[in-house]
Amino acid sequence: MDTRELYRDVILDHNRSPRNFGRLDPADGAALGHNPLCGDSLSVTLRVRDQNLSELRFNGQGCAISMASASLMSEAVTGKSLDEIAALYHDVHELLTDRQYAPQRPLGKLMALAGVREFPARVKCASLCWHTLNAALAQRTAPAPPTVSTE
Amino acid sequence: MSTPLAHSTRAHAERQPVFSAERVRADFPILAREVNGHPLVYLDSAASAQQPRAVLEAIDHYATTMHANVHRGVHTLSQQATAAFEGARERVRRFINARSCREIVFTRGTTEAINLVAQSWGGMHLKAGDEVLITHLEHHANIVPWQMACAAHGARLLAAPLTPQGGLDLDGFRALLSERTRMIAVAHVSNALGSVLPVAEIVALARQRGIAVLLDGAQAIAHRHVDVSALDCDFYTFSGHKVYGPTGIGVLYGRESLLAAMPPWQGGGDMILTVAIDSSSYNDLPWKFEAGTPNISGAIGLGAALDYLEALGPEAVHRHEQQLLAEATVALQTVPGLRLVGTTADKTGVLSFTLDGVHPHDIGTLLDAEGVAIRTGHHCAMPAMTYFGLVATARASLGCYNTGADIGRLVAALLKVREVFG
Repeated sequence: MDTRELYRDVILDHNRSPRNFGRLDPADGAALGHNPLCGDSLSVTLRVRDQNLSELRFNGQGCAISMASASLMSEAVTGKSLDEIAALYHDVHELLTDRQYAPQRPLGKLMALAGVREFPARVKCASLCWHTLNAALAQRTAPAPPTVSTE
Repeated sequence: MSTPLAHSTRAHAERQPVFSAERVRADFPILAREVNGHPLVYLDSAASAQQPRAVLEAIDHYATTMHANVHRGVHTLSQQATAAFEGARERVRRFINARSCREIVFTRGTTEAINLVAQSWGGMHLKAGDEVLITHLEHHANIVPWQMACAAHGARLLAAPLTPQGGLDLDGFRALLSERTRMIAVAHVSNALGSVLPVAEIVALARQRGIAVLLDGAQAIAHRHVDVSALDCDFYTFSGHKVYGPTGIGVLYGRESLLAAMPPWQGGGDMILTVAIDSSSYNDLPWKFEAGTPNISGAIGLGAALDYLEALGPEAVHRHEQQLLAEATVALQTVPGLRLVGTTADKTGVLSFTLDGVHPHDIGTLLDAEGVAIRTGHHCAMPAMTYFGLVATARASLGCYNTGADIGRLVAALLKVREVFG
């Protein structure tokens, strides 16, 4: 078990200096994610223009894996179409859980999360932001901000 | 079977040879294993203590020589199983100095024991406007059952404040007592911080006012002398796996007059005397509260665990753990940015801490890579974490088998965490 695979420099950097940290107000979509295992919570607010995610901010506190994953996600999805984000969501899920997975599309800096799959107890830390993003996108038409959980 | 014979007098404990944690370690087979290429350092006994060979052998002996259902058959196995199961009950009674085996109810654990009281006692005694008083440092198992009972009967749940060191603020506690208080339910020892609560004072306050008291002893039973007669509490609960026994077995001690008046909790076999389609008559104490086939081997394993601890000498174990706690408290503070949470003068071997700039989960993963097992998170005590403005802590907890070398490995691993995170 090599923790350097998990705590790569990119992860440590994004944990120390998270990108797109904060809150958008007003926002087109918002959701609160919760990891009952550790009590961590994470909020995602976003804006959508012409089926493209134009802006995203996340907020909250959590471990290095969850902070870095949210920060990397915020960079990866900004400017992407909703269809591209859905495909990316699928790819990241496979990347986090399937040891055999070889991505069909270049995932760029998100590949820094590949080490997580060797640490099953930490997969939820990395996936929380993606579940929350999905909930925030789904909420755009719903009345009250939903809360999602990794359980 | 290598289970030592039971001795309960303190005089015997004082005749024990000098306590040696190294010799104790040899009694716990799991401590010989490696984790991630390193010899295991187990510092998570507050979550679940490991089991000595004597416990594993007692369970094996039961399963291989006398397993059958209890209280039912006239055949030899059933009689032997019943004798072993009821013998374990007597073992528990002596360990906590209850007056009678009618006061010892086997449960799945502390959680089930508290639920039993909250529902059975609560259903009988809690009315609209009544109050139940707990503290801010309770385990969720001593919060949620009372929330449910209060919601069912229109009662109110109040939580007493803490001191900055993580102990009970006794004045604040006293101020919350009123003529509406029906039940005081508090931890004997905090699971998240290790603080020992002033239970004698709490019980005295309750007695003066005719309030019932439940003590959650899950974190005390392996580390403090527990005498329910001297404590004079109404209910005392604990789990087998916190005291070197198996999981899935626990104990509710209840004052006999209270248990006798309480309605049964769950219905089924073993808790009845006679059953007709329209009504049943209930069994005597303690079986009235033990519906269904009990965890027979768990109870026998628990009895063996109490034998084991008694043979080690609870006083010697206590001294050892306190010495190690003092050592660890000093050693941990050499780690840059480490802050201990829970620093009361009277505490058990629990070291809850935070490390600047590092989330407890990352500490846990990096320590595990070094073979060091600790607990990280909210420790099922979210209100206690919130009280101190925290989401989570890392928690190292000590058992009879830990040594100074374990503390050295913990500190070395924490210094590695510092290296990774800067």
